[in-house]
Amino acid sequence: MIGRFDAKVPPGPLAQKWRNHRDHSRLVSPNNRRKFEIIVVGSGLAGGSAAATLGELGYRVKCFCFQDSARRAHSIAAQGGINAAKNYQNDGDSVYRLFHDTIKGGDFRSREANVYRLAETSNNIIDQCVAQGVPFAREYGGLLANRSFGGAQVSRTFYARGQTGQQLLLGCYQALCRQIAAGTVQMFPQTEMLDLVIVEGHAKGIVTRSLCSGKIERHAADAVVLATGGYGNVFYLSTNARGCNVTATYRAFKRGALFANPAFTQIHPTCIPVGGEYQSKLTLMSESLRNDGRVWVPKRKEDRNKAPGEIPETDRDYYLERKYPSYGNLSPRDISSRAAKEVCDEGRGVGPGGRGVYLDFADAIKRLGEHTIRERYGNLFEVYEKITGEDAYKVPMRIYPAVHYTMGGLWVDYDLMSNVPGLFVIGEANFSDHGANRLGASALMQGLVDGYFVLPNTLPNYLAGQMGKRPSPDSPEFRESEKDVRARIEKLLNVKGTRSVDSFHRELGLLLWDKCGMSRHEKGLREALKKIPELREQFWHEVRVPGDGDDFNQSLERAGRVADFLEFAELMCIDALERDESCGAHFREEHQTPEGEALRNDENHAAVFAWEFQGDGKPPILHREPLNFETVHLTQRSYK
Amino acid sequence: MNFLLRIWRQPNAKLRGKLVDYEVRDISPNTSFLEMLDILNETLVTGGTEPIAFDSDCREGICGTCSLTINGEPHGPDHPGAVCELYMRKFRDGATITVEPFRVGSFPLLKDLVVDRRALDRIVQAGGFISARAGSAPEANSILIPKYDADLAMEAAACIGCGACAAACPNGSAMLFTAAKVSHLSFLPQGHPERESRVLRMVSVMDAEGFGSCTNTYECEAVCPAEISASFIAKLNREYARAAVQRGAGE
Repeated sequence: MIGRFDAKVPPGPLAQKWRNHRDHSRLVSPNNRRKFEIIVVGSGLAGGSAAATLGELGYRVKCFCFQDSARRAHSIAAQGGINAAKNYQNDGDSVYRLFHDTIKGGDFRSREANVYRLAETSNNIIDQCVAQGVPFAREYGGLLANRSFGGAQVSRTFYARGQTGQQLLLGCYQALCRQIAAGTVQMFPQTEMLDLVIVEGHAKGIVTRSLCSGKIERHAADAVVLATGGYGNVFYLSTNARGCNVTATYRAFKRGALFANPAFTQIHPTCIPVGGEYQSKLTLMSESLRNDGRVWVPKRKEDRNKAPGEIPETDRDYYLERKYPSYGNLSPRDISSRAAKEVCDEGRGVGPGGRGVYLDFADAIKRLGEHTIRERYGNLFEVYEKITGEDAYKVPMRIYPAVHYTMGGLWVDYDLMSNVPGLFVIGEANFSDHGANRLGASALMQGLVDGYFVLPNTLPNYLAGQMGKRPSPDSPEFRESEKDVRARIEKLLNVKGTRSVDSFHRELGLLLWDKCGMSRHEKGLREALKKIPELREQFWHEVRVPGDGDDFNQSLERAGRVADFLEFAELMCIDALERDESCGAHFREEHQTPEGEALRNDENHAAVFAWEFQGDGKPPILHREPLNFETVHLTQRSYK
Repeated sequence: MNFLLRIWRQPNAKLRGKLVDYEVRDISPNTSFLEMLDILNETLVTGGTEPIAFDSDCREGICGTCSLTINGEPHGPDHPGAVCELYMRKFRDGATITVEPFRVGSFPLLKDLVVDRRALDRIVQAGGFISARAGSAPEANSILIPKYDADLAMEAAACIGCGACAAACPNGSAMLFTAAKVSHLSFLPQGHPERESRVLRMVSVMDAEGFGSCTNTYECEAVCPAEISASFIAKLNREYARAAVQRGAGE
């Protein structure tokens, strides 16, 4: 293995670890910072904030994104809000409570020290964003407003209408623009990272392709930061943007970085169902709808094609209220998602294809009046009508779960550095903070904490020993890597088959959704592990990638990403099979309580599963990082 | 549903482009406009021709990547909304639909329906920010902002940066884009220390990028997917005049 597999959690009491660590980390003095070049790949909340902050500190930064502008990174689509332990509502919140909620929400599969630091730093993020001019919602007295969110008993979520991700990202994009103007950050939009270059065991650069001109370039640096988001699009249909991909992190994995917990993928219960074969993405409907909507399907499958109004009350099954009487329609994300799948598997699902359940507002409208419902959810009802053409004030909405977020990612230590020295991974791209399930409004928090406050404090600890060690981009390792990248592009273009890239991606997505989606079992995973290599084989024989490599070529872009998904999918299923327990979003049907809840196996699996690449066609090696809980007490979740 | 599409094809900025006719058949009314193009592209690829290049990413109207002019209207007929939120049920069966890129002098064409909008980034780089170093921010609630001002700032900040305003404007003006950012930051007390230099610099870069001036046709407001009000342009003009007078008076 390259480097060390050691979490390097600092000693001392939990609440003092981060301070102690900073007190004893090495630093780079201001006049030396400009001698270091840092590569940041990705310009979302994590990458954008990291690039801007490192630029401001005086490092020379190169920031890459595949979008045409840094402002379009997928962080922009986050709706709900961002958590912080400010306790502005005087309702008993604290850093410890945010830490505890996050650990518990993650079903005890994350590292205590990292999560505590996240909770501790959350307050600085709100201060920072307000200073940048993020227009958070306010009360009449001019103070910041908060709202409550799932998985917590306090109101700690800050928000900017339903566009919190957009406003936070624009804050960090503007900070980035300021550094670009100041000359500390050089921006490379429409540029995709296609390989990581490792020189003498350290990450020292990347090879990129310009999506406009097709030009391949080598970039050397003193450290490489990956902030390239999650891999939810391996399922083809997800709430992610079309361009989101696993390429950067998977290429790093193939160069020796460990990939942790790839099986941990979050399914969001309230999305608009799939409408047809050519649907390109799924749209999230805010979870808040479940406050007033009642979820049901017909009791008998013969009724599933009837209009909802023709099904009398006695023939409806309000299954969440029936199964979870105390939480009812507000049961947590994973539980609600699985319950929807179950009733659809029984053949009682509604809408085209039978993969949908009703979310009915009729009772709420009767009780509160249409006006109140319009006030609360008007914009969501409009989005729903735009997509489906149906008026949810008159007929119930149809919803179905969809892939939303990936908790797994490249393995990192306490400094957010992977086992490969000099390779740092931040935001959704790493595995660090959310365990087996992420709580609402915590993704934005993690991205910004990593970029504004953690990385700028941990990167110097590595850089301090690296002065003058930046290799030339003409060194043999870079040339070799460029050769590999070119060969792969040639290979893709020369298959000259008959099937489109998307057709393979769709097929892979359906397979994974079926075998490694909301619930998994050994038999299904073994089937998937047999089928994925076959599909990959077909891809390399039958795919058609028109055009050529040195031009604007969207088919080629997608082909490269799908080729990586076809390999990565296998890793995901291997991990899901190896984790022979249920925890959070990872539900193995073999392991459930009599009530159908996830049943953990703390004795054997309270660990991070980190996988090491061994070569094409060879099974990866598993490394386990045991999770030691010194502060929290492990409990079984129950929502009855 | 069936449609006749007339789509702008142009291999790159140097070669000439033209409208090419394509027929699409059996499209479900619940297909989005971009999915309809995906379907067309799928048939082009399997038939061995190069697919039509067009931009899109989030496909839910927030990232601002998609940029098509449909029958002469940026983002098509279903306002307010980006073209990724447009569905085929909004068209008549058998309709002929013309699809072109955003046409603005300051957005050079890259390929087919894809244009280069980096000029908008350069306007923001000129001053569309508040200088706030990470680590130096005061406690968030120490800055009180009346709800009215915060709401107004949010309305301006909702801009998705797609550039439809400039594409719709007969003068190719990016005033609505620039006004939204200047307004957002000047409604907030945090934005005041850099208020004058910000507007002067942003307007000067906007002009240097070749965007036209505003002559109050309000086409920008009509096509804006984020419903940014043209009244922010008046705010921009006031901010500019104020800053120019102060600058002129030597302050």
